[in-house]
Amino acid sequence: MKKTITGYRRKEIIWSLIFVTPPVLGFLIFGLAPLLTSFGLSFMTWDMLTPSKIVGFDNFHYMFNDEKFYKSLYNTFFLLLGIPLGMVISMILAIMMNRKLAGISIFRTIYYIPVISPIIAVSLLWQWMLNYDYGLVNEFIWKVFGTQGPNWLGDPNWVKPSFIIMGLWGGVGGTMVLYLAGLQGISSSYYEAAEVDGATRWHQFRHITLPLLSPIHFYVVVMGIIGTFQSFSQMYILAADGGPEYSGATIVYYIFQEAFKYFNMGYASSVAWVLGILIFIITLVQFRLSKRWVYQD
Amino acid sequence: MANQRRLINTLIFVLLLAGSVIMLGPLVWTVSTSLKTQQHVFDVPPQWIPEPLTWLNYKDVWSKAPLLYGFMNSAIVVVCVLTVGLFVAAMAAYAFSKFEFPFKEWIFMALLGTMMIPYSVVMIPQYIGFSELGWVDTLAPLIVPGLFGNIVTIFFFRQFMQGSIPNDLIDAAKIDGCGYFRTFTTVALPIAKPAIAAQAALGFMGIWNDFMGPLIYLHTPERQTIQVLIASMQSNYISTSNYPSLMAASIVALVPVVIVFFMAQRYFIESMAISGIKG
Repeated sequence: MKKTITGYRRKEIIWSLIFVTPPVLGFLIFGLAPLLTSFGLSFMTWDMLTPSKIVGFDNFHYMFNDEKFYKSLYNTFFLLLGIPLGMVISMILAIMMNRKLAGISIFRTIYYIPVISPIIAVSLLWQWMLNYDYGLVNEFIWKVFGTQGPNWLGDPNWVKPSFIIMGLWGGVGGTMVLYLAGLQGISSSYYEAAEVDGATRWHQFRHITLPLLSPIHFYVVVMGIIGTFQSFSQMYILAADGGPEYSGATIVYYIFQEAFKYFNMGYASSVAWVLGILIFIITLVQFRLSKRWVYQD
Repeated sequence: MANQRRLINTLIFVLLLAGSVIMLGPLVWTVSTSLKTQQHVFDVPPQWIPEPLTWLNYKDVWSKAPLLYGFMNSAIVVVCVLTVGLFVAAMAAYAFSKFEFPFKEWIFMALLGTMMIPYSVVMIPQYIGFSELGWVDTLAPLIVPGLFGNIVTIFFFRQFMQGSIPNDLIDAAKIDGCGYFRTFTTVALPIAKPAIAAQAALGFMGIWNDFMGPLIYLHTPERQTIQVLIASMQSNYISTSNYPSLMAASIVALVPVVIVFFMAQRYFIESMAISGIKG
């Protein structure tokens, strides 16, 4: 059928190409070209003022001997703890909301407001909430437990937990909506069948709900890791210069500092490439592993 | 059984209510702090209702930092990127979903591949490129890349168009003498309206709340977006412990997004859910 009107086919191809040209151009100019440039830069030193110099693997050598690099890497991995915590909380919330109850849509909106709030406003808000002497959180700890709360943003051990708490507050609503959509997609016939077979509530959850939500678990984990590996803004606001003992700096924060504070464009590019490869490998492994546990119908 | 059910429902209601307090508490506390005077902000125990209540902090941040410019700059970026970017993305998505052309799958996969590239990898060369063009400290580096259509948006539109634009309708338009471009604007675009609205809502949120890009490029206060201005509040405009003003500033940054959210709530939550499952 396609071969019958060749003139018409040609026209369709020409128009298709016109239609897809802008994103392809965007891809070439703002994606591929910078990617290749960045690769080249990672083997150079350049401060944007004096001429650039090719230094081979020196940048990588320096990186693997730089304590700050390891610290920022460790901090970034530490923040990943927020993902399972967030999943558990969001799933519980979604299950609670997945019933016919008055005011559910209002609850959904309330839990969603932190998700849409600008990260800068949220960071400032939590800076005040987590204030050591006058913050509401420590005030609450004092009232309930009768003890002085931690110096959240001033103590190297508590900076990352602070970020995780903030992330949970700002994130569970979004994940909850995903789980809610997933729950609503599960046919009730599964539960009816299980009930006939005498399955308990827990068994139903364990063997029906949990596995049938696995595409959503997968999505949340993949996106969560990619997102966490790129977190930056809250660190910029709450951990000036990396926070106490550099305990609040993430890799992207480290890259940002190297590039736009010290103008080590070459070195920053090499760190960015390490980050990019890390994300790529982790995502790839997850897709491989997903075949074993993600349920597809 | 019915009694047990009612008991569970009540329990869940109470739990959700407690959760809501945790979600809204910090926001209410922020509003409350922003209405306090500096003398009363450190009162122990904390007062939820400011006494005395003052609007001065809002006036204060508004006069000290060029917030109006911040709003304008953010709005300019949002409007430019959304109008052109969404149109261009819809065009590409239409071609990907309804036309046959050589290398279609390859091109689409290549575009999808860009999703894998972290911003921090491309931001340095982009910065170098834009500074060669003399675009640093202008809004151009934030607008221009957005004009070429975002791949996530294209993907979302493609999914939508595949399912909801009947091929017969396109053929009918063709028989009536409609050209490709006109078919797109008169047939495809109107049908895709809900998808466009959803992406506009999400896009607004993403661009308005974006921080790192604007932070890198914009240096002159009058040229900064609202987020960068608010972020530099502490270091440039008010003293660090001036929490009332600081909270007023965060409320100022928060309000437009919350308003848009309430206006387009349906689109937000639905599109989040849809893109989550299909993406």
